[in-house]
Amino acid sequence: MPRDTLTGSRIRERRVAQGIKQAALAQQAGISASYLNLIEHNRRRIGGKLLLDIAEALNVEPALLIEGAGAALISSLREAASDVPAVGAEVDRVDEFAGRFPGWAELLSTARQRIMALERNVETLSDRMTHDPHLATSLHEMLSTVTAIRSAASILAEPGEIDPEWQARFHRNIYDDSARLAETSRGLVTYLEADDETATETGAPQEELDAVLEAAGHHVPELEQNASEDGALMRLGDGVSAPARTLLKTWLERYARDAVAIPMDQLVPLLATHGPDPGALTKVLGGDPTRVMRRLAAMPIDVMPDPVGLAICDSSGVLSYRKPLPDFPMPRFGAACPLWPLYRALNRPMVILSLPLVQQGRAGAGVWAEAVAMPVGEIAVNSDPIFEAHMLVRPMPRDGEGAAVPADVGVTCRVCPKIDCIGRREPSILTPTG
Amino acid sequence: MAGHVLVIEDEPNIIEAIKFILSREGWNVATHSNGEDAADVVRAKSPDVLILDVMLPGRSGYDILRELRGDAATQALPVLMLTARGQTKDREMAESAGASRFMTKPFSNAEVLEAVRALAPA
Repeated sequence: MPRDTLTGSRIRERRVAQGIKQAALAQQAGISASYLNLIEHNRRRIGGKLLLDIAEALNVEPALLIEGAGAALISSLREAASDVPAVGAEVDRVDEFAGRFPGWAELLSTARQRIMALERNVETLSDRMTHDPHLATSLHEMLSTVTAIRSAASILAEPGEIDPEWQARFHRNIYDDSARLAETSRGLVTYLEADDETATETGAPQEELDAVLEAAGHHVPELEQNASEDGALMRLGDGVSAPARTLLKTWLERYARDAVAIPMDQLVPLLATHGPDPGALTKVLGGDPTRVMRRLAAMPIDVMPDPVGLAICDSSGVLSYRKPLPDFPMPRFGAACPLWPLYRALNRPMVILSLPLVQQGRAGAGVWAEAVAMPVGEIAVNSDPIFEAHMLVRPMPRDGEGAAVPADVGVTCRVCPKIDCIGRREPSILTPTG
Repeated sequence: MAGHVLVIEDEPNIIEAIKFILSREGWNVATHSNGEDAADVVRAKSPDVLILDVMLPGRSGYDILRELRGDAATQALPVLMLTARGQTKDREMAESAGASRFMTKPFSNAEVLEAVRALAPA
């Protein structure tokens, strides 16, 4: 039921909430109670002076009676329904629901947002626990060191004589192992101490880089002005670890080369004509389509109000860069969904794949993706090239919806509800059978 | 009791402690710390009991054990597996690879001694 036909429901809801009798309101508005009853059940349209009179009697803005619940609330409720399609929520009556029970609707919407936030936390923690080699190695090292200390201490604590040479050796081992344990545990605590506020504070260099780039909005103004990357490195690299700084330096150097090759004042006018379409822009600008993708991902919000997302992986499939979109999240740790065109591009190097995508469990029109794998480094005799793949995701273009059947993909297996997926590596925490 | 025990473990201080407690009980203890050539070392040393860590440089303890179980000469060798992970699936992996016993770090000296005594051929 469209929203503008629900004015009557909203009048009834307001009247009941204020404890006003139907007859009393009808009298104030100068109509019969039976006519108001028809209006309240949406069987008579209402507008003009009568609407103004009723709004005044109810002490509300007329617009509130006409427009009803906010679009954001309606959208959120629709998404909540699509999250669990098996329940069969009456999506066609969502406006009516939000109009008649605004409090419950708001509660449902808020609960859904909380569930989404919790799922993101679960995803982060689950990925970290399952895939994080740093954590696995640290824990293994700690347990091995504890075992060595326990064994040596128990030998020394046993009654009876121990050869002084062995005694000295075990004392030394305990001393060395306890120092090692202190070092490992300190590193581990730092690594795990990331709370909500410092979710970007991490222990792995790649995660540190991701956090720095996210904080910078993936845009480096000084490099757009052809300044040297040293200044940007000093600004952005403040407080990061040495390995992360090395990654950041490499990233900034590439950014600087990209900015020189495709300056903003050349790219921005083309966006008005072609939008963030890397295929069309590469045709105009020439050169490497991955450079165009990186430039699009580096555009500030004032230039590109609808930002694009970008994922880059090496030949092994490991993500070396991630700029997610709200409609297209990317895993912070571990591997992404193997169905992403990013990985298909590695099978078809130097071909730009262009297709719509829908992520499992997400409502909306989905996104449009372009992916391409290009060789890294110079071509050499008898040397197989190493490929690097880029995948740009952008809001669905106006003519995109319905242009092709969207590919059904996920974020990463652990949080993907897709059943019978050929690409599944491991069971999902969202489905009992995985 | 006299017998030969081979300890394959990459943590030197664990090796030293195990070597001490077993030697004190009369066992002849040999050690090795690399996974890559571990199966060859087992065949060369022909121990009575093998203590094998799971996470070794070069090759996993599970892989080594599977190879040993596929070889007639080492098929019945008693193997005590050591690991830092104690989840059910790790225990199942150890069992399916052919481990005779499975021990989770941090273990005690008494537990190791008891396991070796139990595994040693009569």
